[in-house]
Amino acid sequence: MNVGLFIPCYVNQFYPGAAKATLQLLQKAGANVAYPVNQTCCGQPMANSGFEHLSNDCNNLFIKNFSSFDYIVAPSASCVLHVKDHLHSDTNEEQAAEIRSKIYELVEFLTDIIKIEKLDAVFPHKVGLHHSCHGLRGLRLSQMSELNAPSFSKPQYLLNMVKGLEQVQLDRQDECCGFGGTFCIAEEAVSVKMGKDRVADHSKNGAEYITSSDLSCLMHLEGILHRNKSKVRVIHIAEILNAAT
Amino acid sequence: MREATTKDHASLAGAFIKDEKRVDWHDGALWYIREKRDIAAKQIPEWEHLREAASMIKSNVISNLHEYLLQFESNLKKNGVTVHWADSAEEHNQIVYSILKAKEINQMVKSKSMLTEECHLNEYLEERGIEVINSDLGEYIQQIDNEPPSHIVLPCIHKRKEEIGELFHEHLGTEKGLSDPTLLTRVARKHLRNIFLTRRAALTGVNFAVAETGEYVVCTNEGNADMGAHLSEVQIASMGLEKVIPQKKHLGVFLRLLARSATGQPITIYSSHYKKPRKGQEMHLILVDAGRTRQLGRKDFRDSLKCIKCGSCMNTCPVYRKSGGLSYHNTISGPIGAILAPNLDMKRHEDLPFASTLCGSCSNVCPVKINIHDQLYKWRQVIVKEGYATKTKTLGMKTMAWTFSSPEKFKKTGRAGRWFLKYFPFLINNKLNPWYKQRDMPEGPSESFGEWFVKNENKKS
Amino acid sequence: MTTREKILASVLANQPAATPLPDISMFKNGSDALVEKYMQVFKTIGGLSHVVTDIAAIKQLITENFDTSKRIATTLAEFGDSFELISDAVDPHSYSDLELAIIRAHFSVAENGAVWLSDELMGQRIIPYICQHLAVIVDAETIVPTLHEAYEKIGAGNYGFGGFIGGPSKTADIEQALVLGAHGPLSMTVFILK
Repeated sequence: MNVGLFIPCYVNQFYPGAAKATLQLLQKAGANVAYPVNQTCCGQPMANSGFEHLSNDCNNLFIKNFSSFDYIVAPSASCVLHVKDHLHSDTNEEQAAEIRSKIYELVEFLTDIIKIEKLDAVFPHKVGLHHSCHGLRGLRLSQMSELNAPSFSKPQYLLNMVKGLEQVQLDRQDECCGFGGTFCIAEEAVSVKMGKDRVADHSKNGAEYITSSDLSCLMHLEGILHRNKSKVRVIHIAEILNAAT
Repeated sequence: MREATTKDHASLAGAFIKDEKRVDWHDGALWYIREKRDIAAKQIPEWEHLREAASMIKSNVISNLHEYLLQFESNLKKNGVTVHWADSAEEHNQIVYSILKAKEINQMVKSKSMLTEECHLNEYLEERGIEVINSDLGEYIQQIDNEPPSHIVLPCIHKRKEEIGELFHEHLGTEKGLSDPTLLTRVARKHLRNIFLTRRAALTGVNFAVAETGEYVVCTNEGNADMGAHLSEVQIASMGLEKVIPQKKHLGVFLRLLARSATGQPITIYSSHYKKPRKGQEMHLILVDAGRTRQLGRKDFRDSLKCIKCGSCMNTCPVYRKSGGLSYHNTISGPIGAILAPNLDMKRHEDLPFASTLCGSCSNVCPVKINIHDQLYKWRQVIVKEGYATKTKTLGMKTMAWTFSSPEKFKKTGRAGRWFLKYFPFLINNKLNPWYKQRDMPEGPSESFGEWFVKNENKKS
Repeated sequence: MTTREKILASVLANQPAATPLPDISMFKNGSDALVEKYMQVFKTIGGLSHVVTDIAAIKQLITENFDTSKRIATTLAEFGDSFELISDAVDPHSYSDLELAIIRAHFSVAENGAVWLSDELMGQRIIPYICQHLAVIVDAETIVPTLHEAYEKIGAGNYGFGGFIGGPSKTADIEQALVLGAHGPLSMTVFILK
């Protein structure tokens, strides 16, 4: 199985550790992983700001980079959802459609395609799981608290395979952290207040780490934790699932 | 293109958030209602099917509106109700004024009607010497404070009881410092009872209008719509065109969803079905367009007309809970307000679709399954294309699009984070970077994943 | 062109292709223990209910629980000997001092605690709203499980006004603190005749 590894721009720059863990997890699972070095961005920052019409060249580049793979996998629910929902091309819509249908977020790739049943990971810590909204309500990685429907959680399923890990219960299981792309700048006050309240939920319930399948949420929460000199740390779920014995 | 004014959502929200204790209270109070809604919804096994049915009924309404309006009008007339049509807020207000004028009435009592708030009816009538008193307790409080409602179901949810006590002291002569909710409610009850007993005209909103029978349903918990209507000699109902539903049996679907979604109650205390005037009474109904047919023509946004005004999208919205309804500077606030408002005045409300993280919780609680967060995303595209985005935003975005369109340009913009400091997600001038105000930057590692990968792969080969 | 014509033309021009109505006939809830369910729900919304076997028992409960020195009015001829009968010929404002109204409802709904009554049972439309306390009598066998059965029962309805009433009037507008007795009755009692 040929997998094209898509590492979103900010993950590449700020969180190479999560990217490496993603690569290693996929390799351990037996995938043949390649990383197209000419990749840039999924185009979401522009589109969410109302500039979808400017993202065409960016989309065509994405198609060029990733068309040849069986699957595209990324450690970011948000970027994956954007590609799934909004990647189009003025010159090559057929390939754009194919891209949309074969891109996966790491967690769902592990549970739904690889159908992973065990991990060797050890992570002896109390962990709070932050559901990114794009992962939760966009990709349906877990059941959404608003619905009257049976519960399930793909990230939780994987975290349960990690030795020593204790999951903390949150007061609000799937509240948004307030990152929201350019929202974090344009609505700085609301964004920070939302982030502070999410962080408080995790810390008061005893989390040592906050994990998520989205680093954009974690970058925002980390910025708040760090500024307030909190001992609570953020970690991408790939790094927990890949944590060595 | 307009420069951002100081009165946009972000700055109004920023001002609201300064009082963090109040925000925490506001957030907690609304979250509690969201939780009550969840409990109520989960007691109905067929809940999700009910939402689907409600959404389908409303799709049918939107796509057959012409026929239903004609049927409704004809049945209203058979029932002895006088029907009026208003194209605009101004025309609606003129109609109300002319009805009152004909009967030489200069005082009116009004129950909750977001439409008349949208039309600024009170101001219009007051300028013409007609006094209007809002009888819903929350709306009454907002009226004496000279503020619009901040929430469509809970008009003064942003106020603390001490502030309300102060208002009552000033306007109703209660003892200074009195802030007990029960005692304040008793004082308002006594005062407003006298209003109900002395007003010859009463205006209500409309929750549902049944085309099949020509009756309309008004839902309240306080009983204020009925107190006003049944004591009046002139009863006026104002409704947006979209409030019509095909058949009476559909009320079963909507009334099961409405109160459970709004407050977690199994039904509002009063669900009153008005059909014919009582003996000696005049009944008028005003059908108002005021932008609704324009929204009907917008393919991506017409589903916003399905709204039954339960307010659940506000209660669940974290942005709403932290920023308060008044920060939306529109009669209907919150997520639903943000998709309705741009249709009314795109320039004035260009900021609202951006006042969201697109988390999607609103769409999940909506009893008629409006895809609110998708519409927020789509409004952003429309607003930018129509040229209402601020200049700085446009410039930043063009640079970003140019950079992302080519790997060479992307790499040249700088190693390990320097580029990001400038453009992503920090679109605004570095020195004033709002990210850094209350958040630290992630620590830039010595090498990016891309750099590591190339080195590592070279080592392997 | 009149405003009416203009609006209707605009509706016609802007409405999308017609979509069908859903089948809602499956939304039914043939549940038993409706009396118990009703009483339990009605309690949660701030109401009081009693199962009684006859009118005499109701009379007894009313004299025990209400201030009979104040104005009490009813639409039920059975109570005519004890209380004032409501007249539809007088000015509705004249009931402003009504302490207790005793009226009948057509039926009640187990899932939400509401009773349904149309104006013929109210005596005057204002009665169930203006009284300080409301007492409603329903027959146990008329209780329906959900609003779907309720609307089936109501049908087109030959009334000028009708309403569901589900408890004493209430507000939570001041800091979400629940207060019973906003503008309508301070209390609501339902007598279930079995």
